[in-house]
Parts: sequence; structure tokens; C-alpha cells
Amino acid sequence: MNPFMRGMTQPRTRRDVFRLAGASAAGLALAACGVQGQKAAPPKADAVADFWARQKKNGKVVFANWPEYMPEDKGPLEKFKADTGIAYEYKEVIQENAEFFGKADPVLRAGQPLGYDIVVMTNGIQLQHMIALGYAVALDHSKLPNFQANAGEKYKNRAYDPGNKYTVPYTSGVTGIAYNTDYVKDDITSIEALFDPKYKGRVGMMADAQEIANFGMIALGIDPEKSGEADWQKAGEKLKAQRDAGIVRKYYDQSYIDAVSKGDIWLSMAWSGDVFQRQLAGEPVKFVVPAEGGTIWTDNMLIPKGAANPLDALMLMDYLYQPAIAAELDEFIQYVTPVPTVQDLLREKAAKAQGEEKQTLEDMVNSPLMFPSEADYAKLRSYTPLTTQQEQVFNPIFQSITQA
Amino acid sequence: MRRLTPYLLALPGWMWLAIFLVVPMAAMASVSLQTGNAIDGFAMTFSFSNYGDALSTYSTQLLRSLLYGGLATVAMLLIGYPVAYWIAFRGGRRKSMYLFLLLLPFFVSFVLRTISWNFLLADNGILFGTLKDWGLLPEGFHVLATTFAVVGGLTYNFLPFMILPIYVALERVDPRVVEAAQDLYATRAAAFRRVVLPLSLPGVFAGVLMTFVPATADPVNAQILGGTSNTMIGNIIQTEYLTNLDYPTASALSFTLMAILLVGIFVYAKALGTENVLEAAAR
Repeated sequence: MNPFMRGMTQPRTRRDVFRLAGASAAGLALAACGVQGQKAAPPKADAVADFWARQKKNGKVVFANWPEYMPEDKGPLEKFKADTGIAYEYKEVIQENAEFFGKADPVLRAGQPLGYDIVVMTNGIQLQHMIALGYAVALDHSKLPNFQANAGEKYKNRAYDPGNKYTVPYTSGVTGIAYNTDYVKDDITSIEALFDPKYKGRVGMMADAQEIANFGMIALGIDPEKSGEADWQKAGEKLKAQRDAGIVRKYYDQSYIDAVSKGDIWLSMAWSGDVFQRQLAGEPVKFVVPAEGGTIWTDNMLIPKGAANPLDALMLMDYLYQPAIAAELDEFIQYVTPVPTVQDLLREKAAKAQGEEKQTLEDMVNSPLMFPSEADYAKLRSYTPLTTQQEQVFNPIFQSITQA
Repeated sequence: MRRLTPYLLALPGWMWLAIFLVVPMAAMASVSLQTGNAIDGFAMTFSFSNYGDALSTYSTQLLRSLLYGGLATVAMLLIGYPVAYWIAFRGGRRKSMYLFLLLLPFFVSFVLRTISWNFLLADNGILFGTLKDWGLLPEGFHVLATTFAVVGGLTYNFLPFMILPIYVALERVDPRVVEAAQDLYATRAAAFRRVVLPLSLPGVFAGVLMTFVPATADPVNAQILGGTSNTMIGNIIQTEYLTNLDYPTASALSFTLMAILLVGIFVYAKALGTENVLEAAAR
């Protein structure tokens, strides 16, 4: 046997092997130090002012958003570019809050930039994490004049971000019930329809813990925003009974809308804008906010820590609050705009329009789901704000139902 | 220096293993024993109870995953063996074309293929809708959101990984050996049982290994095709990691799953006779 082969097959010096084992052990020891906590104290006011005083316009902004949240011709962004000379990159990379946060967290934790200057997140658990972990840049409100002037009072100073310190709303939407009119002949008005044995195996509920918890609580007459552990337990029992009775077919993610429009399920928890887009496509689906109430959520723009172009990002955020721009955006996405004057602008546009376009615009102006009245808002509830400790109680209650 | 040469030559391989296997595994092992939360941070507390807690909470899903993985593997074996056999012995000149056709659908992304089943199997879709219109199926009949759909999806998605190794093993069986068996008065069934089957066992072993492990850990089929009580352990790990940011529980579950699969594989290898298998595979 030649020495080379012998070396390969019979390790003659064990020292090297030990060395390698030593290196592995070092790796293990290295890994043994904990995952660093990043809980950040809110930045001091002068630190924020300092930060913004140092920023310059870079002529570039990268905007990360959800699909179908911007007109196809990118009109509002093109106008921004023409007015300010800031070039934009628009990326539809956010499909789900949890997934997006799960991917962003290690990057931001390591102190690296995410590569986006604006990201859009819903006012749920993940947004709370972004703020608590110091991943969101505190905003300079002296540079947000349009927001101050044009945002509706309801969209300023929300419980999840008092004083809009870190976020400004992009748009709001309503969680209600969608049903397929080919199969459901009655007019659905009550949340109890989702718990009705008549629709056994034909009901879709959402897999998201907060969404499903909200509906469980609303069905019991509890306001989610003011709920506590005892309420969650009760809601959990109600939802568990619903599942065990075979009423729920499946706990859905975004795919619920396909299932309703194909008739796999006949009625489901649903997001308003999804249903309108299907209606426009001629599918037999209808959306209703239950008499007992639905939930209103808000998608918010924020600047992630380490963003390369914060000043440009802030300018774009503010630009989107110009009424004409907000109107152009809302006419396409058909959710609830944070700028109330959009309703007047669309009404004026409808008055000048002709035929089918006129009808569509009038429908929008009168839609309680794009422009909720005070009475409509009174029916709409907000998400439960959760502390980290509460989350560890809240999540298992509802995940044990959706992931049995 | 000469004595070191072989180790140096093996260094890239070792480095690969160290960087991409040892370090991540060590990190995961370490995280699985920590306590805390994502906001305040996790600290090493050697909390072995993470394993006990995770297991007691999710034992249903873990056992279900092993059951689904097992059922899908058996189904794949029952479907895959005859296919591999037919291509190896009856494929003739077109063998490679058949193999290519077999692999063709798998050029499309895994998730997309699974979603397509959602479309095909819709309650009132092109298949069941038509059958229901003809009155061949009752109105309430459905396949989606059932155990059958999930196991079926797993079977479909991993089938080539069962067929190919079996095919490779069967392809190497010398037809003259079969002839010889028949010359010695073995019936066709006996020749298969006593000659072809034992010779193909290494392929079966490899096939089972390559399908059972990923099928058991798969989260995609349960999520897309399953219903209210088809959650598999892969889904749980995903939720714990991405939604709950409970890295210790997710790591503990991953390790538990890995340990169960490893032990299972060793027992299985022992039962099949590892030496025979390794020997045959090395030939």
C-alpha cells in the first residue's frame, strides 16, 4: 500500500484528528452564547433630531410593499420622481407579516441594512416587534407636512404607535365575511353564519392567530382591543367547538379567496380589497361586515434601521399624503385611504366622468368599505395589542386550534 | 509533511462539513437549550425541559408526520417498484426517454405543482365537478382538506426519488441470472422473489431513505392540501420559528425529529442487513 493511501485509510497521527475535534468544540462553544436581545429604549428627542440633521437627499429610494398595492403604471411614484428628481425602486416582496419579519429579523439583528428604505407592515405582532427591537427609525414630523395636514384624525396617534413616532399609515382594510352567492342563497349579516352547522365543512377561517382570535371574540361580544387572557380562553373554546363540530374546512392563508370563488368553501373570513378585486373580475363573491362587527387593520410605512436613503424615504411617505396622489392610489387599490378628502376628489371625478367609469367611481365613493362612515367605524374593532409575555399566552391558545 | 498531505487534501471536504454541518448543528443544539424571547434575547440555561415541553405539546403532530411519511413511503414503493421494474426490463431502447418523461413534471417548482393539485382536485373543479354533474359522485364529496389528499400529495411529490434508485439497482441485474433461475426450475414468481428482489434491495433501501425522510418533514403538502387536522411537524417548526420567534422550541423539535429519523434509519438498516446493502451498493 502506498503511503498516500495508507494516510487516507489509516489515520497514523491522531493529533490532527484531535485538532479538528478541537476546532469543532470551539465552534460549539462559540455557538453556545445566547441569541442577543435587542430590546431598544426609545431614542431621545435630540438623538432623533441629530440623526435627521445629518441626512441628505440621495436621489434614490427603495420601496418594499405588498402585491397589488400600487397602480400598474406606478403613477404616484412616477409623479414623485418628476416632482422631486428622486428615482425609485418598487419591490413587491412582502406577502405575509410573519414571514417577512422572520426573514428580516436576523439581518437587522446583525446590524446589517435590509436594502429597503420603506417597508409596509400591518399593525400586528410583527410591527410591535419591529418597534420594540428598535428596527424602525423614529420619524421627523417637521418633514411630514402633508401627513399633518391631510391624514384623518383616526389615522393619527394609533394605540400601536402613539404619536406616529415610527410609522404612518399606507392604507387600511376591513376583515369581514366573504361568501359565494352561487351556494349561499341567504343574505349573510351575522358572524354566527361562520358557526352555523348548516354550512358544515364549507366554512373557511384564517390561520393567523390574531385574525381568528378577533372573530372568536367578536362572536362573543368582546372587543379585541380591550380583551384579556380570560377573553382569549373563551374565544378559544368557541373556536375549538366550531372546529370539532366539523364546520371549518380549513384554516387558510391568502389562498382563502380562491377557495371561496371556486366554491370549495361557501363562506369565509376575508379581507375587503381581495373580494372587490374578484367582484370586478366577475366572480360570484360578496363581502359583508358582520352586524356584530369586523376588524379594521392598517398597513403602515416605516423606515427600517440602516436604510440607505432615509430622507428620500420620508419625502416619499409625505408625498403619498397629497390628496391627489392618495386619490390616484386608492382608486386602484380600493382599500380605506388615510386621507379623507380623497372621497371628495373621487366624487368630483365621478361627476365629470361618463358611462361605466362614472358608475365605478360612484360605487367607490359610496362604498362603506372604502369610506366608512362613523357608524361603520363604530362596528369595526382593532387588533389586540400584546406584550411579549401576553403573546406567549395568546399564540398557543389559538395556534392549538389552527394547527391541531 | 508527507504524512500531512492526505489530511490537507481532505481539508476542503472537512471545512465544508465543519462550516455547513457542524457549526449550524452546534448552534441549533445550543439554541434548543436556551430560554427567553426574541425581544429580550435568549440565554443559555441548559433547559432540557424545552424538549419535554415541545414533545408533550406537539406529540400528535409528530406521530402524525411519521404516520403520513410512512404511508406515503409504502404507497411510493407499491407504485414505484413496478414502474422501475417495467422500465428496467421492458423499456428496451426507450429506457432513457421513459426516465425523462418520469422526471419531466419535476422541472416545475415543488410548491407550484402542489398548488396545481389544489386546482385539479377542487370540489367543483374540472375533475370532480364533471363527475358530480354526471351524478357519479355525491354532492358533498371532496378530496381536498383530507388525510388522503396530504398523503397523496406527498406520494406524488417524492415518487421519482423512489423510482430512480430502484431502477438503478434493477438495471444492473443481469438478465442471465434470471434465466439461470428459471433453468433451475424456479417459477417466474420464485425467480423474482429469490433472485431479482434481493438484488434490488439496495435500491429499495436508498429509495425509502430518500423519500421517507423528506416526506416526514415536509410542511408544504399539509399546508396546501390538508384540512383542520392534518398539520404536520414541519408546519409546527415553521410557525414556531417564523411566527412565534420561539427559536428554542423550533430547534428542539428539529432535533427530536432528526433523532427519531436517524434511529429509525439505523433500525431499518439493521433489519435489512446493512452489510449486504452497503456491499451491494459499493459494487
